[in-house]
Amino acid sequence: MNQEFLLGLYVLILTIFLGFEVISRVPTLLHTPLMSGTNAIHGIVLLGGILVAGTAENPLTLLLGFLGCLFGAGNLFGGIVVTDRMLEMFKKKEPAARQA
Amino acid sequence: MIENLRDAVVDLVYLVCAVVIILGLKRLSSPRTARSGNKLVAAGLLVAVGVTLLDPHIHWRPANIAVMLIGTVVGAAGSIYLARVVPMTAMPQMVALFNGMGGATAALVAVAEFQRFVASGAVTAGERVSVAFGTTVGSVAFTGSVIAFLKLQELMTGRPVRFPLQIPLNVAVVAGIVAMWAWLLGFAGSSASVWIMFGLALLFGILLVLPVGGADMPVVISVLNSMTGLAAAAAGFVLENQILVVAGALVGASGSLLTILMSRAMNRSLANVLFGAYRTRAAG
Repeated sequence: MNQEFLLGLYVLILTIFLGFEVISRVPTLLHTPLMSGTNAIHGIVLLGGILVAGTAENPLTLLLGFLGCLFGAGNLFGGIVVTDRMLEMFKKKEPAARQA
Repeated sequence: MIENLRDAVVDLVYLVCAVVIILGLKRLSSPRTARSGNKLVAAGLLVAVGVTLLDPHIHWRPANIAVMLIGTVVGAAGSIYLARVVPMTAMPQMVALFNGMGGATAALVAVAEFQRFVASGAVTAGERVSVAFGTTVGSVAFTGSVIAFLKLQELMTGRPVRFPLQIPLNVAVVAGIVAMWAWLLGFAGSSASVWIMFGLALLFGILLVLPVGGADMPVVISVLNSMTGLAAAAAGFVLENQILVVAGALVGASGSLLTILMSRAMNRSLANVLFGAYRTRAAG
């Protein structure tokens, strides 16, 4: 176990506690958009794909990096747009309800 | 010296992005601020990905740049197009599809980096655990999400799928994955152990979601979503990249809590959602 790994472990455990706290009061109404929002957040794994593609030394790692960029970008951008569309629907409902 | 400075700049920008993403997630969990929260999250994510290009380890060679650029642009354009054109009713399967892509990326990063570790000599215990975790969990999230997508899109039956010897097959696949972990961690397994682990985990993702009915898919997608988060965190360990660890752990934790809240809202236990199909036959 090197220093870097242990430090990562600290960050991991503390962030897990933070993750529980941050969304602990979410209303049922927002469950699906929040799931979609967190789905976009792990799209950040795209930067992992970029690092693999950018540092690849042979055809195999180039291929793995390409797929990483392709899927990672799919997760990140698709996730953001889908979440926005879901939340947009919420916004539109409010004035309609008031008119009625 | 210049490389160190660049590393420091990248890491500091990552830190700012982590704060922005956490604040965005906080706003996402309240109806009034949710939409601005999503924009904040998006900004944090995009800046973090952008600043990664300054990483001093990246080779600016034509092959690397082309692969990076074409992959990212095609993935982004394709998913934005899909996300915009699908009807609102198809949103849940879109979440499943994009989640699966994230899981695949985490697994691919782990597999690819292991090749590098092996090539550069001794692989530490920490690197082995991170690679094994990222490969297994990312692959299960990938194929599990694909099955969830196919079920919701009605490209396959939405009913729970049962077949003869299903439980023994599941047990065998899990045993195989455990064996690959033991080989990799205990006996300094080579690339082969990671590739076999990858394949078995892909198979297990399919087996895990097949027996779940279409109506229970949202909870399953939530489970797979937090799995992808944890796989991304593992990829962060593999790459020694703190923002990946933070963002992944954040999703892993909030996703798990969300899963519990969702199954509670449906008056079901998580075990009942995931393994209910087996129990029904045992009871009937």
